[in-house]
Amino acid sequence: MAGKDAPPRWDRKMQQRLARGEAAALGELYDRFASLVHSLGHRVLGDEQAADAVTREVFAHVWEHPETYDPKQGTLRSWVAAVTHRVAVQRLRDREEREQPRHEERESTVRRASVAARADYIAHSMPAPLRAALDLAYFQRRDYRQTAADLGVTEDEARRRLRLGLQLLSTAHDTGTPPGYRGAV
Amino acid sequence: MNGADRFDAHDEPHEHGAQGRPGGRDGRDGRDGRGAGGGGGSGDVPRAAGGPGPAPAPRIPTPRTSVEDSGLPLPDLADLGDPAPVPLDLSHDVLKSLLGAWALAACSAAETAAVEHHLGGCGSCADEARRLREAVGLLHQPETLDLDPALRTRVLENCLSRRPPRIPVPEWAAPYDAETARLDALLQDFGDAEWHAPVRLRWFEADTPTSRRTTVAGVIAHLLSVDGIVATALGLEDPLTGVAGAAERGAGGPAGRTEAYWRASHFPPTRSVRGPWREQSHSLVRTVSFTGGHAGGLEVSYGDFALPLHDAMLDRAFECWVHAEDIAEAVDYPYEPPAPRHLNRMIDLAVRVLPTVLAERRRAGLSAPGRRTPHLVPAGAPGRSLRLEIEGSGGGEWLIPLDSPAAQGSADLEVAHVALDGAEFCRLAAGHVPPAEAAAGQVGDREAIRDVLLAVASLSRM
Repeated sequence: MAGKDAPPRWDRKMQQRLARGEAAALGELYDRFASLVHSLGHRVLGDEQAADAVTREVFAHVWEHPETYDPKQGTLRSWVAAVTHRVAVQRLRDREEREQPRHEERESTVRRASVAARADYIAHSMPAPLRAALDLAYFQRRDYRQTAADLGVTEDEARRRLRLGLQLLSTAHDTGTPPGYRGAV
Repeated sequence: MNGADRFDAHDEPHEHGAQGRPGGRDGRDGRDGRGAGGGGGSGDVPRAAGGPGPAPAPRIPTPRTSVEDSGLPLPDLADLGDPAPVPLDLSHDVLKSLLGAWALAACSAAETAAVEHHLGGCGSCADEARRLREAVGLLHQPETLDLDPALRTRVLENCLSRRPPRIPVPEWAAPYDAETARLDALLQDFGDAEWHAPVRLRWFEADTPTSRRTTVAGVIAHLLSVDGIVATALGLEDPLTGVAGAAERGAGGPAGRTEAYWRASHFPPTRSVRGPWREQSHSLVRTVSFTGGHAGGLEVSYGDFALPLHDAMLDRAFECWVHAEDIAEAVDYPYEPPAPRHLNRMIDLAVRVLPTVLAERRRAGLSAPGRRTPHLVPAGAPGRSLRLEIEGSGGGEWLIPLDSPAAQGSADLEVAHVALDGAEFCRLAAGHVPPAEAAAGQVGDREAIRDVLLAVASLSRM
């Protein structure tokens, strides 16, 4: 999982460049993370315009407060995901408060969206071999023997990957920030 | 795609899974036999003894949609045999290892039955089974939403207005920054078929249409090679370092470098060229942000001509767009013209170099000097001019002195007027439209118009 190891040099370098006020760094940051930010925003809020607004707010936050990223807590990617999560869920909460009079309904909508966004992030950042196994077994509807054959691994290994992948995914139900970034955002 | 973090190093034992291990039949038949499905499946997963508190155990999510709805081929009827599998006698560890596959309904019927029988008696496995089943419900096909390229501009502008950059991207580098980002976004979801799709590069040479066949990956290699001219001028690493023949005489220009790069590899370029191209384009934007203020005088040599750094970056932005269009056309994707203010700068660059190109063509005997007026005018004096009117957003009007690069364009000495759409003008300058066919409104001296349109087409190169 992301965040297990010391963040790569790129992350620290990027933070320094942002802190220095280098506009070119902001562009590179966008190019690397915009699709992550936008898709998480879309997953929580369910519409394009809201996802655009989340993207605008997240990059503004990162650009204005690069010092709040702590490389010891995880990768830059996981931090950006955590910021996105917070921003998107806050927007959803605001919207629900305007539109949904019942408190319990509101809370469960927010919880569902929050878990879904965490799950997307986990699925997105899990090691590629686990992700590939889940893709085959779930989206391509291959059984685990076919999955093993497709991936060129043993059946034991295919079973291990499917189980581990789902175990990682199931942590989306744990509350808190997305996995990988441990600091409060 | 090029994020190394997406592809963590991993050890994959590369052996081919043996089909039909003892006790396991080919598993398709397991689909119907899976227990934790709609038909009271949740009852098959008992709650753990002494489970957590009074909270009701979460419901096991209903199974995923049927294969009939997925657009995928249905399993062969032959695979659906064995309706009553006999539970297998499997060890606890094996059953546990099957939980992920079971939750995904990806075991054989016999294995499914064995797992479900086991869940009745093993609390820890039942707990895990429930968690994994729920996790399956969280799998979600990521929509490949193409981000609107204009969003990048809006987001970055919003950021920069809230906190002005200490090191801005120079205005003349903004088109290159935007065009490379747009092309990179186009490449985002390309599979092998797209990377190897044939592309025909087209340009004008000696007033004749010329072309060269390559692939999408070959086009990116071309951009990498030619952008490398600017990179080298800025003291960055040349992507052609170590490429055989790159240092040869005549290999310094865009075509020579590209051919050297293509030749140097035994195999046609692949998608792996995207990373180096993107990295170099980011480095260029970054480097000119630092040096740009003082680098006004820096010349970038293309071999047989040179451009100031500012114009070289505009030229590269233009080439990036032109080739992005080539690529988009090859894979049948839509592609928009650049933002109007960027398009305007690109047109302006072409217009600014035209008087010099006209003079060179005259010297080479490719165009006739104006016969009715002396074509040599004192530097800075008004000269015979052509009015170029570019329509559409990003357009404008330019007066092009016809007889000397040193002369001033003059409305009083206007001898011809050409009106053209902005994107069409750029296609002409890219050598994608023959001058005679450029849909232009023309009034005035036909020879002057012909000379100018030919000169515009001659700006194109590989």
